[in-house]
Amino acid sequence: MSSPAAAPLDLLYSEAEEELRTAVRSLLAARCAPAAVLDRIEGGSPHDPGLWRVLAADIGTAGLLVPEKLGGQGAGHREAAVVLEELGRAAAPVPYLTSAVLSTEILLGCESAESADLLRELAAGSRICVPALPLTLAPGAPLPAPVRDSGTGSLSGSVTSVADAVCADVLLVLADTGLYAVPADAAGVTRTPLVALDLTRPLAGVTLDAAAGTRLADPATARAAIAGALLSGAGLLASEQLGIAEWCLTETVAYLRTRHQFNRPVGSFQAVKHRLARLWLDVASARAAARAAADALAAGAADAPLTVAVAQAYCSGVAVRAAEECVQLHGGIGMTWEHPAHLYLKRAKADSLALGTTGHHRGLVADFAELPAP
Amino acid sequence: MTAAVLTADQVRARVRELLAAHPPATTARGPFLWARFDAGLAWVHYPEGLGGLGAPRSLQAVVDAELEAAGAPDNQPRRIGIGLGMAAPTILAYGTEEQKRRFLRPLWTGEEVWCQLFSEPGAGSDLAALGTRAVRDGEDWVVDGQKVWTSSAHTARWAILIARTDPELPKHQGITYFLCDMTAPGVEVRPLRQITGEAEFNEVFLTGVRIPDAHRLGEVGQGWAVARTTLMNERVSIGGMRIPREGGMIAPVAAAWRERPELRTHDLHGRLLELWIEAEVARLTGERLRQQLAQGQPGPEGSGMKLTFARLNQEISGLEVELLGEEGLLYEDWTLRRPEIVDFTGRDAGYRYLRAKGNSIEGGTSEILLNIVAERVLGLPAEPRDDKDLAWKDLAR
Repeated sequence: MSSPAAAPLDLLYSEAEEELRTAVRSLLAARCAPAAVLDRIEGGSPHDPGLWRVLAADIGTAGLLVPEKLGGQGAGHREAAVVLEELGRAAAPVPYLTSAVLSTEILLGCESAESADLLRELAAGSRICVPALPLTLAPGAPLPAPVRDSGTGSLSGSVTSVADAVCADVLLVLADTGLYAVPADAAGVTRTPLVALDLTRPLAGVTLDAAAGTRLADPATARAAIAGALLSGAGLLASEQLGIAEWCLTETVAYLRTRHQFNRPVGSFQAVKHRLARLWLDVASARAAARAAADALAAGAADAPLTVAVAQAYCSGVAVRAAEECVQLHGGIGMTWEHPAHLYLKRAKADSLALGTTGHHRGLVADFAELPAP
Repeated sequence: MTAAVLTADQVRARVRELLAAHPPATTARGPFLWARFDAGLAWVHYPEGLGGLGAPRSLQAVVDAELEAAGAPDNQPRRIGIGLGMAAPTILAYGTEEQKRRFLRPLWTGEEVWCQLFSEPGAGSDLAALGTRAVRDGEDWVVDGQKVWTSSAHTARWAILIARTDPELPKHQGITYFLCDMTAPGVEVRPLRQITGEAEFNEVFLTGVRIPDAHRLGEVGQGWAVARTTLMNERVSIGGMRIPREGGMIAPVAAAWRERPELRTHDLHGRLLELWIEAEVARLTGERLRQQLAQGQPGPEGSGMKLTFARLNQEISGLEVELLGEEGLLYEDWTLRRPEIVDFTGRDAGYRYLRAKGNSIEGGTSEILLNIVAERVLGLPAEPRDDKDLAWKDLAR
């Protein structure tokens, strides 16, 4: 027995990817500054539909994973990962992970005419589609089955902790008879906003009471499609976590170069420098891990599940640590509502539960690398 | 002097010429290595006449692969690592033409082994505080002092040496760099027994050692700048090893886990997985760095790899001793031995655990490297210090 050999990986960014990054970053700089995100949250509507329109439709990022024949960009996971890095860096309140990654991957796995129609609309950015599954659902974990079909697509049941459900036009519902597309405003659908730890990725409970939906796939196809989407989602979430960590490190370094205490810049104290240098090492390592996951997914590498589990097990912790260091090293200001550090801490901590905890992904590594539990 | 940049095919043609003129099957090791050096295939990025072709550094891999496939002997690069990794680039950067011609060829072939006389009992991380004196006497310098942590001193023919030539100046300014003959009268090498029981390092005592001025490298008083070239190359060579997935220190632990289920506990499982993942991420980080270098965009990650491997080696080998249970209480052999190279493979877990303690000290302590990352990569301000303008003789000791 031995662990699987590693597939060759391209861990760098291509020129096209850097151009995509520049476009997304300049949009976010103009439309999604931390103060603007805070304003939206305080106004009670975190999602920014205007920002989403430009990001999804004008720049075309919503269709990166969608083939050109379905109206998408025909790009891949490497490009989507770059978008997620930038969205993480801005703690952007847009449904990219849920609609452009998870739902898109589920629909691609359905291979039905109905799912193709929906994919066209997602790629065009004209509709938002969210899987009615708990955000904590992990690749490799048993899929829940809380929704029953009482016949001819009349769906009843309830799902908790559904990310971005509030802004969704369509919900993807897994029922005992297959996967259904349910309009979010259909009769019998109730979305109850929850008070979420992460203010930038709102959660809701979704209850269906004899709601009608369009069947997209049979149960076996649906389950396989969801499993594939969870793997991609977990792998790409590592890039969002990398973006969060990068913002936290950059912001903290910039602050500590100028903030003076004891007649010296705080960043000149060795105790502080060593913490930041270690964090930089962690972030540089997280970049390699996240790039590896994106590249393995894009290439459909045989060891992609292992590479994704490694990236998820590693990058979750780095994002949380970076955000915690950001709060601590900003001193008192780091504890305030007005400084955006808390937005990143809340996003990082919630992300560490999303799509599988570090412990869950370590368990997957144990399976793939053949290091069994006692 | 400027020639067109060579291509991989042109370099391959040179290798074929070498192999045709000196078939490895019928050529002795020494003459083959001389011929390879003279053909410019020793280190292709070095200048012509000095073992190179002035070709891109990346083409060395092409040469090495071709020669390995042909069954040619190599120059035992691990045995002569200090010469190749540290002395050679410094001599190339600062040496006179005569010095380059005299020293680089036998250095590369391994006929002359080199060691590094830098660290002292009172000057480790604060290397520029060194106190070994060199005083001018006619055409010679006379050197007195003590060096420590000198690997290969017991096999070395030559040493790179830094010594203080002006104690009246601040510590970084009064240093000069020399090439020291290890067979000269007054050079005494004593084994320094270490934590592992072995004497892989040495202490070197220098008493009235005469070094001709022709063996000075760089200008008088400019030794610190020359030494920085050496140190930079040292850290690159320590952190830059390529390893496969589950290579390095994690390999024996993972193997023991698979082969001996009776050793498994839930606590050890959690820690093993955490370290396996960190080792895999470190491998990917090193791979990413190499891809950046190959594209001509060296990233600052290089400064970090040594830090990462030092920490991982220590944590993994510590876990391994614990995993082995009663066996972990035993040690293979405390006999004083004098290995020529450090080799973690083929040794037991206790040795790996103890030897890895040196990984965060040798070639720059982790604390000093973290300062370097903080200041040069992140741009954080240096700590205020009062030793920069004081004469060396007035520093606290």
